[in-house]
Amino acid sequence: MEHYTMNLTLKVWKQKNSSSQGAFETYQVKDISSEMSFLEMFDVLNEQLIRDGKDPIAFDHDCREGICGMCSMYINGQAHGPWAKNTTCQLHMRAFKDGDTIVVEPWRAAAFPVIKDLVVDRTAFDRIIQAGGYISVNTGNAVDANAIPIDKKDADDAFMAAACIGCGACVATCKNGSAMLFVSAKVSQLALLPQGEPERDTRVLNMVAQMDKEGFGNCTNTYACEAECPKGISVANIARMNREYLRAGLKAD
Amino acid sequence: MALDSKIPQGEMDKKWTDYKGHVKLVNPANKRKLEVIVVGTGLAGASAAASLGELGYKVKAFCFQDSPRRAHSIAAQGGINAAKNYQNDGDSVFRLFYDTVKGGDYRAREANVHRLAEVSAAIIDQCVAQGVPFAREYGGLLSNRSFGGTQVQRTFYAAGQTGQQLLLGAYSALERQVALGNVTQYSRHEMLDVVMVDGKARGIIARDLVTGKLERHFGHAVLLCTGGYGNVFYLSTNAMGSNVTAAWKAHKKGAYFGNPCFTQIHPTCIPVSGDHQSKLTLMSESLRNDGRIWVPKKQNDNRKPNEIPEEERDYYLERRYPAFGNLVPRDVASRAAKERCDAGYGVGSSKQAVYLDYSDAIKRYGRIEAGKKGIVNADEATVIALGKEVVAEKYGNLFDMYEKITGENPYEVPMRIYPAVHYTMGGLWVDYELMTTVPGLYALGEANFSDHGANRLGASALMQGLADGYFVIPYTLGNYLADEIRTASIPTSHPAFEETEKAVSERINKLMSIKGTQTVESFHKRLGKIMWDKCGMARNAQGLQEAITEIQQLKKEFWSDVRIPGAIDEMNPELDKAGRVADFIELGELMCRDALLRNESCGGHFREESQTEDGEAKRDDANYSYVAAWEFKGESDWQLHKEDLTFEIVKPTQRSYK
Repeated sequence: MEHYTMNLTLKVWKQKNSSSQGAFETYQVKDISSEMSFLEMFDVLNEQLIRDGKDPIAFDHDCREGICGMCSMYINGQAHGPWAKNTTCQLHMRAFKDGDTIVVEPWRAAAFPVIKDLVVDRTAFDRIIQAGGYISVNTGNAVDANAIPIDKKDADDAFMAAACIGCGACVATCKNGSAMLFVSAKVSQLALLPQGEPERDTRVLNMVAQMDKEGFGNCTNTYACEAECPKGISVANIARMNREYLRAGLKAD
Repeated sequence: MALDSKIPQGEMDKKWTDYKGHVKLVNPANKRKLEVIVVGTGLAGASAAASLGELGYKVKAFCFQDSPRRAHSIAAQGGINAAKNYQNDGDSVFRLFYDTVKGGDYRAREANVHRLAEVSAAIIDQCVAQGVPFAREYGGLLSNRSFGGTQVQRTFYAAGQTGQQLLLGAYSALERQVALGNVTQYSRHEMLDVVMVDGKARGIIARDLVTGKLERHFGHAVLLCTGGYGNVFYLSTNAMGSNVTAAWKAHKKGAYFGNPCFTQIHPTCIPVSGDHQSKLTLMSESLRNDGRIWVPKKQNDNRKPNEIPEEERDYYLERRYPAFGNLVPRDVASRAAKERCDAGYGVGSSKQAVYLDYSDAIKRYGRIEAGKKGIVNADEATVIALGKEVVAEKYGNLFDMYEKITGENPYEVPMRIYPAVHYTMGGLWVDYELMTTVPGLYALGEANFSDHGANRLGASALMQGLADGYFVIPYTLGNYLADEIRTASIPTSHPAFEETEKAVSERINKLMSIKGTQTVESFHKRLGKIMWDKCGMARNAQGLQEAITEIQQLKKEFWSDVRIPGAIDEMNPELDKAGRVADFIELGELMCRDALLRNESCGGHFREESQTEDGEAKRDDANYSYVAAWEFKGESDWQLHKEDLTFEIVKPTQRSYK
């Protein structure tokens, strides 16, 4: 693979805190290697800003291997940037060329207020899980792990749903700011497994209620969430959650 | 203070049962009055906080990430060991215990390891009950695979995302307790000191990383579940935020640090590509199940890997270690890679890499699939296409990750890999009950030192984190808290809280007031280079002595010339990082001192002065069969305490994987 260097113009959202007005600032970065990750390019920029006595850009990041779900940049109008099924930390600079202008914004959604610059508050996701995203089994109560065989397809589908990293790209991408993909992934995972059966109805009702309470928008089936999901979580989960919700609602009445 | 490991009397396989049968209990009404602080929400922290919440304790759980679900356990890939013997291949509690003690090169505490092996099976049961979607066979039962250092299949997995699934299971249990009001969650909070009252840990000072405000939190006990300190090397497979600060503050408050130099260098990571590199990415050890590791037989061979014929490839692990082949333990595999690269056989532009090749596995699986589908005399293209499907199912996410980082397709060309810092076996010294030398202060998971000796086996970190949190601390903590039921909650206006907060605040002010010229990151990089060059995969007395001097120098420079932008009372990631790097610098010195003192090779600690004729690690049991527990006395001043290791069951021998 050929490596190259590039000079770039960055337009980055700067916002002091949640109560202040933000605005774009423009930065120039030079001699960026195509082998760098996108966040390493930000490291280079921040080092330069600190040396120049300027304010570095705050952004969320941690594992830098695409699994913790902490990184969250909206790059050139796409959550996590141009590569499909990818997180910002795994985006590499060979996706760009010399002279490019890159626009970087935080996740924008009513339920994800900006904390600073590119950092947003995603604790709404924790509260949705608290509403029912679990199986109530205290430590020590479990039966032997092989006591209940599970159809491999169900187990695989549950795993595919469970692969969600909770980054919030689905919400940021959705024109309605809906969290349906996130919520449905957890509802699906647990609905597909026999262990999840006893709380199946209350779970979906409570999680959806919490989702609405947090101010996430409704789903209008644009499927943008699936297209931008770094883990390829399928919108089939949303369909399943709608069925689960209907089923639980009918039983509750 | 003399070390008391509090190992229960009696037969090895009865110790834990007897302990549980006689340990003090706290009745439910009293549990409601007892407060416990849990710092860190990875596998150990989340499982401990959830389990203690279930028991009825009032728990506060802290993490520096924006959600407990993001703790770095999430990134563990390959799997979790458990002595289930579902494969009927001869596994047992004893064998898991034995493999772990041997794998740790006889520097672990037998009683702790035996308990770990005993509770391992219950972990899998618990996780399945939580809805963790482990890999299954078509019959609906759980699937297993092999990991390094063992000859049985005892590793449970969820594709290459086992840590993620286990952590999300523990996180869901934790969130359930939050909803029930038993646990209060503090995310984007960092612990900056332990508060001591009358010689016992009674709380912490934490900083709200959004507002910058310092907070005081009381607890009858404090549990540190804060992970390892591999980031002292700057480049490691740890997350960017992984740090030693909580453990280091505890150390400075009296908790001894055990075997700080025991670092695991993982053999299969994506090589460094340039100076910009901020972290290294692991390629799961599970890849050594099917991948074959090789270098060219010719030095400085610049041909592309696919142009090098079979007979000109050196499958050096299979050659040197026929019994375990590509599945030797991590320390052995890492040193073997380094040896080949140092001798001039490395590959790639940096020549600091070896190949991990899947072409044989693709063909092997392809032929099996063709057979299953009844395709007679399948042509090579069909076999390869089928084989790629199987490999994609087993390792797809890892292959994708490799391609994203390197731009090369590992289904077509062999992966380039090189060892990288991955895990630290060392950590806060704890007794059998996981209590540090500070009463009421515990360390769980990677943050403690106890179970992995000088080298951790693959898929055992997840096991230990969850064992400590789900099945050990709920019992051992009660033994301490049973005597605390008369201790009323101490108000945080107590002078001890006031003084500790003041000291924390002064240190932050001092850091901010330096206003020097060099960035925090540049100091961290320099520290990392010293550590990697002189306290990395191979160590010698001269290098370690040099490193100590260089680190002391670096410390002075840091405290006189670091530049931290921004203010204290706002979100300031550079300030957070500065505090962590300052602690890493001090830890680095202690690691070098520990490595210098231990003039033997064992596990991941390789002293060049102590090796066999064929370059294997040579232990010195007569002089070093102990845990080095370091007591902090003052700046650059530590006192060594030794916990002698006695082996009742597993007799130490020269480890052999040949």
